[in-house]
Amino acid sequence: MLRLTLQETPSVPLEADVLSPDMLAPLTIEAIRALPVYLGKRQRRLADFFAVGGEAGDEIEIHGDLARVKWIGRAMTRGVLRIYGDAGMHLASAMQGGTVDVFGNAGDWLGAEMSGGVIHVRGNAGGQVGAAYRGAPTGMRDGVILIDGAAGLEVGMRMKRGTIVVGGPVRDFAGLQMKGGTIVLGQGAELRTGAWMNRGTIISLQPIPLLPTFSYAATYNPTFLRLYARRLATLGCVLPYDERQGSYQRYTGDAAVPGRGEILVWRPNG
Amino acid sequence: MRASVYKSPALKPRIADTFAEAFDMRAARVVITAHTPGWALTAARSMTGFATSVIGCKVEAGIEAELDPAETPDGRPGLSVLLFAFDAAGLGQRLVDRVGQSVLTCPTTACFDGLPDAAERVAVGGLLRHFGDRYQSSKFLDGQRYWRIPVMEGEFLVQESFGVQKAIGGGNLLILARDQAAALAAAEAASEAMRAVRGVILPFPGGVVRSGSKVGAKHYKNLIASTNDAYCPTLRGRADVESALPRDVNAVLEIVVDGLDRGAIEASLRAGIDAASLPGVVEISAGNYGGKLGKHHFHLHELAR
Repeated sequence: MLRLTLQETPSVPLEADVLSPDMLAPLTIEAIRALPVYLGKRQRRLADFFAVGGEAGDEIEIHGDLARVKWIGRAMTRGVLRIYGDAGMHLASAMQGGTVDVFGNAGDWLGAEMSGGVIHVRGNAGGQVGAAYRGAPTGMRDGVILIDGAAGLEVGMRMKRGTIVVGGPVRDFAGLQMKGGTIVLGQGAELRTGAWMNRGTIISLQPIPLLPTFSYAATYNPTFLRLYARRLATLGCVLPYDERQGSYQRYTGDAAVPGRGEILVWRPNG
Repeated sequence: MRASVYKSPALKPRIADTFAEAFDMRAARVVITAHTPGWALTAARSMTGFATSVIGCKVEAGIEAELDPAETPDGRPGLSVLLFAFDAAGLGQRLVDRVGQSVLTCPTTACFDGLPDAAERVAVGGLLRHFGDRYQSSKFLDGQRYWRIPVMEGEFLVQESFGVQKAIGGGNLLILARDQAAALAAAEAASEAMRAVRGVILPFPGGVVRSGSKVGAKHYKNLIASTNDAYCPTLRGRADVESALPRDVNAVLEIVVDGLDRGAIEASLRAGIDAASLPGVVEISAGNYGGKLGKHHFHLHELAR
């Protein structure tokens, strides 16, 4: 296992997209130390900021306050990346496979435009989780993002496939312009959830304010949620589905687009 | 293995020195779940109806096993159904027909692929989705697409594609008995034991067939199959029939078994031979065409060893 420890918190954001199993696994420790990172517009060596130890491989641990370190795990396709501390913006953006575990908080654009793999953030995350970059038509295409805490604006914006689970509260515009995929809101969201969504599913385990362009359809227990519940249970998430515990109210929309999306709001029995 | 009721090995039925001849087929496994085991069984029975022989039904199908909720994709009670046909294209069409008419229509059911590792795939939900008239939607989870088709009772969930694998059809046993009652008792015991093996089905009614056939016909040239006159007791003694029956045999029943692989069929035939060794059974034999038609041969002496 390769172990990197941040020695010095950078004064400006440090761009370190080399910090991924794909880049580091085939290299020697010396080659890893010499990899380029960008402090603002200046190119520096990785060793200028990180102590590097252990053996190179598909398993990497990074320690320290990385809140100003961007693009960690960018486009990674395999391996395990564990971050003990906060992680900066664009963590695991365009990720295609493997696992990212953050034992802290994550910044904006977590898993943006990812197409595979699993990201688990134990703390909070910023905005635009799994979203499309500005001007891009499609956000997250597959994979799973789990956030134990809260998340910011525009979670899952223009996502097409994949699953985002946020355990804590979420800010405005969750599922903005969503094209597919599934967002689970453990503690609901603020305003304009599902605005302009075309397709996809937003599941809220708490009552949420709905746009007037969403219409009530039915109260039921969708069978497909059982598949999600079983899959998410393997990742430690509980998604209720049993009719003995409650049911979901289905709202369709956003009629402003017009869209074929759905918001499912859990209503426990009693 | 089931203990024989015979006290002396000398009283056991003869095992004919012959083999069952079986053929290459293609198989699919369908997992049907429902709100209750009863509704899953209702759908499975409907889906496997009129599917005794590819000759007349274009597909052979049967219930393979009851599944605990822990064994099904959606955690509900269910059953697995096996379907066999000569090629993947034909099997795909039968799947669409039967899932569409017997499972989609049945309350609370959902339908999943039971051969997820099979490389060859046929579209099922991907075609049935059109019943949704563009009100359908899909979910993509762990590399598999599932279609949610709106129906009056809620939604029908069906997987987009189903796996198809190489399989073997036409394994068989012939139970030659002194009378009809003895043949029936032995066949019932054998079919129960053979069905317990995973990976096989017995496609005929109750697992038993009384109308064993030969290839073609002697007198009607357009028939592709006709009665197996050599094993019909009532034809014994006729000049134009070369009977294969010993004098003390007055009833014969056949059990046909289709399986996902050779090992499953062998295990099933072995269980059947053991279970069919009941009083009144004179001989246990098997049907073949001299080894000319099917490349899979199951020698009874090897199975009974």
